[in-house]
Amino acid sequence: MAKANSGAVILLIGTRKGAFIVKSDTARRQWKISDSMMIGAVVNDMCQDHRGNRKTILMCARTGHLGPTIFRSTDGGKKWNEATKPPAFPKAPEGEKGISVHHNFFITPAHASEPGVWYVGTSPQGLFRSEDDGASWSPVSGFNDHPRFKEWWNPPDEGPPDGPTLHSIMIDPRDAKHMYLCLSGGGVFESRDKGNDWYPLNKGLVSDFLTDPTAEVGHDPHLMRMHPENPERLYQQNHCGVYRMDRARAEWVDIGNNLPAPYSDHSYPIVLHPRDPETVWIFPLDGSFPLGRVSPNGKPAAFVSRNAGKTWKKLAKGFPSAHAYFSVKRQAMDTDAHNPVGVYLGTTGGEIWASRDEGEAWSRVTTSLPEIYSVRAA
Amino acid sequence: MNMQIHIPTPLRTYTKKNIVDARGATLTELFADLDRQFPGIRFRVINEQDEIREHLKIFVNQNNVADLRAPLQENDRVHIIAAISGG
Repeated sequence: MAKANSGAVILLIGTRKGAFIVKSDTARRQWKISDSMMIGAVVNDMCQDHRGNRKTILMCARTGHLGPTIFRSTDGGKKWNEATKPPAFPKAPEGEKGISVHHNFFITPAHASEPGVWYVGTSPQGLFRSEDDGASWSPVSGFNDHPRFKEWWNPPDEGPPDGPTLHSIMIDPRDAKHMYLCLSGGGVFESRDKGNDWYPLNKGLVSDFLTDPTAEVGHDPHLMRMHPENPERLYQQNHCGVYRMDRARAEWVDIGNNLPAPYSDHSYPIVLHPRDPETVWIFPLDGSFPLGRVSPNGKPAAFVSRNAGKTWKKLAKGFPSAHAYFSVKRQAMDTDAHNPVGVYLGTTGGEIWASRDEGEAWSRVTTSLPEIYSVRAA
Repeated sequence: MNMQIHIPTPLRTYTKKNIVDARGATLTELFADLDRQFPGIRFRVINEQDEIREHLKIFVNQNNVADLRAPLQENDRVHIIAAISGG
């Protein structure tokens, strides 16, 4: 089991109007917010390399009406350089219509054995890889040009208002060739040969909006996580529920149908305990018509399961008890690796909330950031 | 062909100036020269399908031009215009 961290925690915050770095004291009680970075840019994700002593931070940004790009920092966010070759789809042959990246959405370092390699998921849906620490990017043809890709994807003019996304790129820490990713409106997909071939992994999901609710593809995972210490254990927050998979069984099991009313299994983020594969947190939103996607009845609460979803405990101490309609985007919640584990979330209202005791009590870190798109504990 | 290119505010992080000089017999060549001088600027204006990005316009001598193959003449004035909408 990995050793718990200690000391200050750094949160990387992506927002609709720029990025911020929020740093705690060693007790995780006091927080300082950096000056804004890339003010005005839409920052969908920001991630620090966790491999060895590497310091690179990559930021998915879209600046106003200009095209999407990736910014890189190697000094903790003081100075940023733009990728020389941002993710871009190939030019279509003459007479055919091609697609162009609208925004980069989810970014992650690759396996520890591949320092300098990163992956990014985009909207429209595409998978891209960098081998030079984010300076240049190339399409992963094994996925983007897969013979079945057009069966799997959500076309660019369909899906959510911001466009369908490719997200939750997960690399098995035991094997650099073993990967997962998710397509909103498509489902979960797996590769065992470093992205050269892929196949759906959606058995067990039930999506009531599909004509065949148990179809092979077409499901809508909001976010998927693989446990870092037990990579056989997967969790997924789906549009239609919370699920767990033990990979050898190859079937998703519904673990969200026992949440107490008015809290439902509709949510976006899902985060894991760094050392205990049985412990998982969600932040339920109102999934009733017309999909309000705010804290049910204005009463925010996280929920934790410590037995892989068999039972859930409500965690609301410190949150407002009324008139608090939080929305938390799928990438706007994370945990640190301390003991006890810190849990963090950012709302679309620009608030960051932190718990230093695994969600038992929450305190507000900041009130007035722009709409928060992503929260990552660096 | 040499000409002056008027750069909108969002792109001045690349050029540091609001007017720069560039060369090209067509807009395609012009943007290739701009990208040579200011690496990365082309992709912010023109996508990977060689289409001018939505909410950006290119004017040549006050005429809106959407075709990158459009020929240019010596001393043409080129404006890159970015929409100021947002919110």
